[in-house]
Amino acid sequence: MAGSDTGLSQRLVNWARVKSPWLTVYNSGACNACDIEIIACLMPRFDVERFGILAKGSPRHADILIVTGHVTLKQASRLRRVWEQIPEPKYVIAMGACGASGGVFHGLYHMMDCVDSVIPVDVYVAGCPPRPDEIINAVVTCLNLLGEDAAHGGKEWRQKKPAGGAPAEKTSAEVS
Amino acid sequence: MPEVVIPIGPQHPALKEPVNFRIIADGEKIVRLELNLSYNHRGIEKAAEQRNFIRVLPLLERVCGICSHSHATCFAKGIEEIMGLEIPPRARYIRTIIAELERMHSHLLWLGVAAHEIGFNTLFMWTWRDREAVQDTLEEMSGNRVHYNMNEIGGVRCDLTPAQIEAALLRLPNLEERIKKYREMVDSEETLLIRFRGVGSMSREEALNYGAVGPTARASGVDYDVRRDDPYLAYAEVPWNVVTDTRGDVYGRTRVRIGELWESSQIVRFCLENIPRGPIRVDAPKNAPKGEILSRYEAPRGELAHYIRTNGTDKVERIDIRTPTLANWTSVAVCLVNKNLADIPVIVAAIDPCLSCTSRMVVVNNERRTNGAGAPGVQITSDPKNRQNRM
Ligand code: SF4
Repeated sequence: MAGSDTGLSQRLVNWARVKSPWLTVYNSGACNACDIEIIACLMPRFDVERFGILAKGSPRHADILIVTGHVTLKQASRLRRVWEQIPEPKYVIAMGACGASGGVFHGLYHMMDCVDSVIPVDVYVAGCPPRPDEIINAVVTCLNLLGEDAAHGGKEWRQKKPAGGAPAEKTSAEVS
Repeated sequence: MPEVVIPIGPQHPALKEPVNFRIIADGEKIVRLELNLSYNHRGIEKAAEQRNFIRVLPLLERVCGICSHSHATCFAKGIEEIMGLEIPPRARYIRTIIAELERMHSHLLWLGVAAHEIGFNTLFMWTWRDREAVQDTLEEMSGNRVHYNMNEIGGVRCDLTPAQIEAALLRLPNLEERIKKYREMVDSEETLLIRFRGVGSMSREEALNYGAVGPTARASGVDYDVRRDDPYLAYAEVPWNVVTDTRGDVYGRTRVRIGELWESSQIVRFCLENIPRGPIRVDAPKNAPKGEILSRYEAPRGELAHYIRTNGTDKVERIDIRTPTLANWTSVAVCLVNKNLADIPVIVAAIDPCLSCTSRMVVVNNERRTNGAGAPGVQITSDPKNRQNRM
């Protein structure tokens, strides 16, 4: 995203991206509830398509990856691969209590416990499962973030200054 | 023509959940299907052994996000039987109402997904819109759209107020109207008939031999429903019918599910109108006596069984969960043989697969295996890396 505020074409791309983000959903070990709530978002009552949001099957077409559920050991490498396939700039939303900390499954033997330990997360959504309106709120928050990042020319501005020489890790905004 | 292997999953545009199919095809015909299901194994059974009965109920609800009430009720029912508790009639009715509302939302969801698989997205949108009415009722009653957490050992957590009952009854006529419309549609809509009729058929013998359960079995003429044959909750007091069909194909399964939608709406109506007064729970002892039980429950997808063993403490010693989807997968593998590749999505969707609750883990410990001890035909690699991958 370097030099994003230079050429007209780049400005056009940024504008288009904020207006119509494509999502892909990856179930990395969820209990299905988070998944059906995401599908409910696409349905007539909540209808996220009015924001130009489109759910896509392939990660190669996506701007935003929604990860539902904590990450099981078997899924960790697969989630990482899916994330690597998404073209830059990419954003990750971690769904539910599971995505943030493992939820009720925290500490079980086949768990990574949070999405953050596998891939960097930009937005967290609270709830078990989050309501569809909260999911929409998270996606809109993500879009604002996307716009701000484009204005700053990358994600680096969000990184906290290293305190006492230790590198900062968290780059996330919280939604609840 | 030589056989080709087509791998699908675990991440694939056509899949909603992580599962890995290896389809061995000869031209357009399917020769064999190999499945790898366990991407979402979480170890809930082990975790349940370490939590007391109060904490284990929310955990068991999260076995599956669609039939969450089923798992919690099945467990609570079993523990109550071990403890010798009789729950109050009002609690029984409330549990039944939530269970049937859950069945309605699950079947509406299924109808939408099945329509989506054949490219009939209008029906997908319609059923999911109607499902929202059920979700609203559930949210009003329990406070959450998906995980209701209504159960407690000895009864239910919260009571239904007259206002909630009235609101639920107000929503029902519209839903009933829509269910009638879907029933008409399934019989007359050309798009559905072409893609559903004669697809993935399974005879009664096959259904019995491969252990199919729930609507999948009932569509093949197996007249079996735990709610009638081993009544629990309030089902013995409510007038309702078991829906069966003799076609055995996807069309038959659709008809069974729509019939069940109608029956469920009638059960909900009866329970809401005739709900007895009284307390909603009894005090349960902290510890359960030593004992074991097989608790059975008719979940939306079929018979769900919890084997529970207790040892006199406030935790279970062992719990084993047999989910309906696990029982139904074999029948899919059988149904698919000799069918067209293009029918895979709809045949798989016809059992209403839910993969989160189906994930199992097998650890093959090569050190403990003596040569030739494997079952005939089972190949065991001695590569430790491979062992890791099979987890
Ligand atoms: S956050 Fe809750 S609803 Fe979502 S996957 Fe985890 S347990 Fe299921």
